[in-house]
Amino acid sequence: MLTVLRINMPQLGESVTEGTVSNWLVQVGDYVEKYDAIAEVMTDKVNAEVPSSYSGVIKELIAEEGETIEVGQLMCYIEAEGEENEQTSSAPAPESNDEASVEQNMKTRYSPVVMRLAGEHQIDLSTVTGSGKGGRITRKDIEKVIDSGQTSTVDNTEPMSTQEESTAEQEDLEEFTPPIIRRKTVQAKPGDREIPVTGLRRTIAQNMVRSKTEIPHAWMMIEVDVTNLVAYRNAEKDKFKENEGYNLSYFAFFLNAVAKALKKFPELNSCWAGDKIIQRNEINLSIAVAHGHELYVPVIKNVDEKSIKGIAKEIAQLSNKARTGTLTKDDMEDGTFTVNNTGSFGSVESMGVINYPQSAILQVESIVKRPVIIDDMFAARDMVNLCLSLDHRVLDGVICGAFMSHVKAILENISSETTPIY
Amino acid sequence: MAVMTYIQAVNQALKEEMEQNEKVFVLGEDVGKRGGVFLATAGLYDQFGEERVIDTPLAESAIAGVGIGAAMYGMRPVAEMQFADFIMPAVNQIISEAARIRYRSNNDWNCPITIRAPYGGGVHGALYHSQSIEAIFANQPGLKIVMPSSPYDVKGLLKAAIRDDDPVLFLEHKRAYRLLKEEVPEEEYTVPIGKANTVRKGDDVTVITYGLCVHFAKQAAEKLEQEGINTEIVDLRTVYPLDQQAIINAASKTGKVLLVTEDNKEGSIIGEVSAIISEHCLFDLDAPIRRLAGPEVPAMPYAPPLEKEFMVSPEKIEQAIRDLAEF
Repeated sequence: MLTVLRINMPQLGESVTEGTVSNWLVQVGDYVEKYDAIAEVMTDKVNAEVPSSYSGVIKELIAEEGETIEVGQLMCYIEAEGEENEQTSSAPAPESNDEASVEQNMKTRYSPVVMRLAGEHQIDLSTVTGSGKGGRITRKDIEKVIDSGQTSTVDNTEPMSTQEESTAEQEDLEEFTPPIIRRKTVQAKPGDREIPVTGLRRTIAQNMVRSKTEIPHAWMMIEVDVTNLVAYRNAEKDKFKENEGYNLSYFAFFLNAVAKALKKFPELNSCWAGDKIIQRNEINLSIAVAHGHELYVPVIKNVDEKSIKGIAKEIAQLSNKARTGTLTKDDMEDGTFTVNNTGSFGSVESMGVINYPQSAILQVESIVKRPVIIDDMFAARDMVNLCLSLDHRVLDGVICGAFMSHVKAILENISSETTPIY
Repeated sequence: MAVMTYIQAVNQALKEEMEQNEKVFVLGEDVGKRGGVFLATAGLYDQFGEERVIDTPLAESAIAGVGIGAAMYGMRPVAEMQFADFIMPAVNQIISEAARIRYRSNNDWNCPITIRAPYGGGVHGALYHSQSIEAIFANQPGLKIVMPSSPYDVKGLLKAAIRDDDPVLFLEHKRAYRLLKEEVPEEEYTVPIGKANTVRKGDDVTVITYGLCVHFAKQAAEKLEQEGINTEIVDLRTVYPLDQQAIINAASKTGKVLLVTEDNKEGSIIGEVSAIISEHCLFDLDAPIRRLAGPEVPAMPYAPPLEKEFMVSPEKIEQAIRDLAEF
């Protein structure tokens, strides 16, 4: 079988890496025997003739006379009796040793630098997730923990989802130790899967226990007719997406309404500080974002000062960061009130656990079409439940009812006039 | 600045030193009229004449011996071994005389000779034209071994070697002669002997190497950067005595160290580098120290597939760095 083969610039002497084609001795269509000279090549050491590597017919001359080409580069094509001459890659084949057994041990195999850094910064290595081979904790993993300021874990971890308080407040808040009674040991049965608790999962767990054991939660729910909002948003969303490149979400409108209501009822934008209640000046809304099995609570700051577009943009940015694991400590700090988008996974009512040490959390449930009686007539309306969990030390039903009614009023009166997008 | 090849930088350094100091002279096989087999001394015979560019008989012990004697009497000889592989007959002169004389004479005598020799494979040179010989000389206090990795370093280090008051073995990678080109200043400069050079900064893996392997490591690192793996590369430049502090700093920075040499693995320069790291950096290590080197085979084979297998390549370095990064 005839195949077209390459003739490359040969190595014409030690240390020679390139050569100049001084003249071709063949033309396209010429028949040459193997080892016949096909070109004269000049290097800075020698003048030499390049022999043909095959017997066959010259198909195409690639290198031009006077052109300097590197050793191994294509000079011409020749049609010859097919002998495949493919160069194989010189990358060594990966060794396949018994990787499985290695992986098993690597999680608890600590390198000297990891041990040293963990010791110096009091890091509990069982709470660190390893990114190395077999889940091994690397130097970089430890440095990430140190950089995130999450050292001295185990006992007094400040979870990422809560806010950094001033030192004085911190001391007050930490006087209370939740009375955790260890459950009796749970044993896995044969066939059960045991999933190690990651650092983040442990933080979430500690935060939840602290919130539920320290804060006396009370709960209320209102239903809101958001038919106008749905119509308004549906009319704008395609154009918005086209112009801005991210979604005009309902959630942006809810955050806007909550921020306005918090401005009117600053009592809900506060926290319990033992001997006093601290009312926050800034309205910074924590929003819950789930990614995989992890829960992140990044913060949109000064929501009361932002347009719907500005809020939608930050939601898109923060969700993207959560998905790509690039949220920074700054993104998580200084929240004063939490709004949780439980509707996004279909919930219609839920009891949120307050994001410690804030004093309330609002859950925005699914928007669903329901029959509603208006002026003694049935109407199909877009309805949504808003559920509020409140810290009963700080807040009472009356003030929260007034707050919720205000949120309801804002949402039910949304239009392009009351709530411009830009 | 002019773009120069590695070999042109050798030629330039010799020319400049010979112009500046009439005590500098060159001797070796074919270095005169022929200008050397690699053209390292091209043009010097015409410029400086036969008394300063001396063609010698095929006798390496004589080339070294004559050079050492002249050096002890105040000359600055640059002796050329045509191939590093041929240095063996001169080992006695170099180790027992040149390296020892300052110590043996209680500082009365010294021996400012530079011995140049092309080493290394990858050029189809086979057994007698491909060997790495640095390890043979790397435990002889009194001797310095310089192995540059780029044209810039060649010029600066060769000038520094010629001016050094003690014997310097100057090993040039023959594959690099025409492979490596870069801008080299025409004006005067030297590069200090005994100092390593960080040629690339990174925080994932540290590669410590020298000679042509520096070039290969740079190629591998550039490729890996696209995968997000950042490689620190240290060029030892002087392989004996070693720049300990630079090695310690670079190893401690990432805790993951890959040592590369084209020489046979056991007993090579990088074994000593590894020892320095394990003496000083235990608590900064994040992975076992890894060595990438030639196999335990007596010499570079001629057959191209076998030569390729023997040689360090960018692909082999890339794989080794990736393994360490993932560890």
